[in-house]
Amino acid sequence: MFTAFFYLLRARGLKVSMNEWMTLLEALQKGLHQSSFTGFYYLCRSILVKSETDFDKFDGAFLEFFKDMAFTDELPQELLDWLENPKETPGDEFDMERAMQNERLSQQEIQRMFLERLEEQKEEHNGGSYWVGTGGVSVFGNSGFSPRGIRVGGEGGKRRAFQVASERKFRDFRQDNTLDTRQFQMAFRRLRQFSAQVDEAKTEFDIDSTIQKTCDNAGTLSIVYDRPRKNTVKVMLLMDSGGSMDYYSRLCSALFQAVNKSSHFKDLQVFYFHNCIYSKIYTDPYLRPSSTISTEWILNNISSEYKVIIVGDAQMEPSELLDGSYYHYGVRDEIAGIEWLTRFREKYPHLVWLNPSERPYWGGWWAKTYDIINKDFDMHDLTLEGINNALKKLMVNR
Amino acid sequence: MNTFQGSSNYVASEDLMRSMNIAMALQKPLLIKGEPGTGKTMLAEAVSQALGKKLVIWNIKSTTKAQDGLYVYDVVQRLYDSQFGNEGVDDIQKYVKMGKLGEAFSADEQVILLIDEIDKADLEFPNDLLWELDKMEFYIPETKQTIKAKQRPIVIITSNAEKELPDAFLRRCIFHYIEFPDAEQMEEIINVHFDNLDKTLLKQVLDTFYWIREMYNIQKKPSTSEVIDWIQALVIGGVSPEKIREAVPFAGVLLKKNEDIDTLKRHIR
Repeated sequence: MFTAFFYLLRARGLKVSMNEWMTLLEALQKGLHQSSFTGFYYLCRSILVKSETDFDKFDGAFLEFFKDMAFTDELPQELLDWLENPKETPGDEFDMERAMQNERLSQQEIQRMFLERLEEQKEEHNGGSYWVGTGGVSVFGNSGFSPRGIRVGGEGGKRRAFQVASERKFRDFRQDNTLDTRQFQMAFRRLRQFSAQVDEAKTEFDIDSTIQKTCDNAGTLSIVYDRPRKNTVKVMLLMDSGGSMDYYSRLCSALFQAVNKSSHFKDLQVFYFHNCIYSKIYTDPYLRPSSTISTEWILNNISSEYKVIIVGDAQMEPSELLDGSYYHYGVRDEIAGIEWLTRFREKYPHLVWLNPSERPYWGGWWAKTYDIINKDFDMHDLTLEGINNALKKLMVNR
Repeated sequence: MNTFQGSSNYVASEDLMRSMNIAMALQKPLLIKGEPGTGKTMLAEAVSQALGKKLVIWNIKSTTKAQDGLYVYDVVQRLYDSQFGNEGVDDIQKYVKMGKLGEAFSADEQVILLIDEIDKADLEFPNDLLWELDKMEFYIPETKQTIKAKQRPIVIITSNAEKELPDAFLRRCIFHYIEFPDAEQMEEIINVHFDNLDKTLLKQVLDTFYWIREMYNIQKKPSTSEVIDWIQALVIGGVSPEKIREAVPFAGVLLKKNEDIDTLKRHIR
């Protein structure tokens, strides 16, 4: 009956499946919405939405679908104040017949009338059948008795669905994360290299050795345990931060989260740079001068068994890459950026470059550094497919 | 039909009760997310108490495997026993030990099964439980036995959102997000834990508590369980209520990080 709502939710980016929709229908059949609209709202939300980050999207779609006359225009603050704090509470004597007449009004008529009234009304009204106010039978306002109409501000005795939905309380949680960190995480599972050569307690049952030893023992059971095989992959992540990379910050943070949450690495080192690697490199993404460490130290101390992933758009002023005397945050550097990059490439046989940006299609100046880096480095797009390819490369010897 | 209305020592918000009842009526697991300290785990205890049903808790750790929850076949014990000709070695059943899920399935009466902090486990863990939670049954190849739930347990799953859960798993759950309680609800919660608490003390405590929570540079915001401990400390310490907001005594109970305590000190000055 309201299948259109299902498609609207999907169109608004909620991953609602057929399963969940059928569950909702089943729930409605069982009367779990308790015949109330608010109940219906919560029922829909708890069945169809699976993350608080999606609540806001859901609220938006819910309003869009069920409130044909969603009011996006600004209401005068004065009017809202009258409604919030009515000066007087009207008695119960209302023209209820008049209220019942409202039932025949169409949504369009009500909306048109409301706009007219907004123009006309200049003072507070409580009770009555015409103005926007509280406790009356007109089609506008709150705490009133009209069977149809526009709720304007206020808190009902019962929290009604529209009101809850229109609060859009969960806006803060919304991330618009079109990129699923989980998919990235699954990709990072590729980075595994199992070895039993770690200092671990022997906890794993070793069948073959147990059989061997039991036989050696003339059939008297002798159990052998072995060390569990552990992942020995160590990862160093170098991320470009700030400047032109700001456009890709969401993508990069999804990548970072995925790497960070991948607890299966033996070790993970993360460093940051701006545009290109120079003699100093940063340990936090804000690139504070206090958080620098010497790039040379990294090259000397972080062993070549680390798998290195560089994330950057590889687009900068050509001199930033090629010129030896680039003046960088007060650090005068004699060695060109490309030289540092080359040192990394020579030291670490397992190194890939992930690029969130495509080669600038207008080519020329901006593409210059992209092309130079792309020629010498194994560059992949920062997409699911790109990551998969890059990680496959990391696991084999070049 | 089971309905949950909150219990004497657990204050459940209206939407939480609604979600719980929906999950029970549809016989689907209820997945609960929320800030630490908002009483996710407590909910299961409250439900079990309110409905008078046994609670089975399966605590998930990073090393937990789905299999652990079903059953464990103790081969080693059986081998040893066979060596010494112990009785009943030919009875495999004796060496199959039920896990928490198995325990919940084979119970004669309906139980509440709490799968606590499911996000602690491996990424694939929830996927390995899809069939079991859907059909409420599993097969033990060793004994050629199918364990089928006699009474479908009420399943409550909590998550701290450390890892994202797979879609296939989420599709089968009813979802509820516990919001951090506002001052009014918090007062109700505190009243459940303390009898006859001094009014001024309570007001001072709540003011200070939300004041601290709203400091933008607090790294680990204090939560419900911390405020309850704090009140305990204040009552035992006999601190006069007027001093609370100015001096914030026993701040270490509320804040667990050195940086946060420093931040607080800066705000007090």
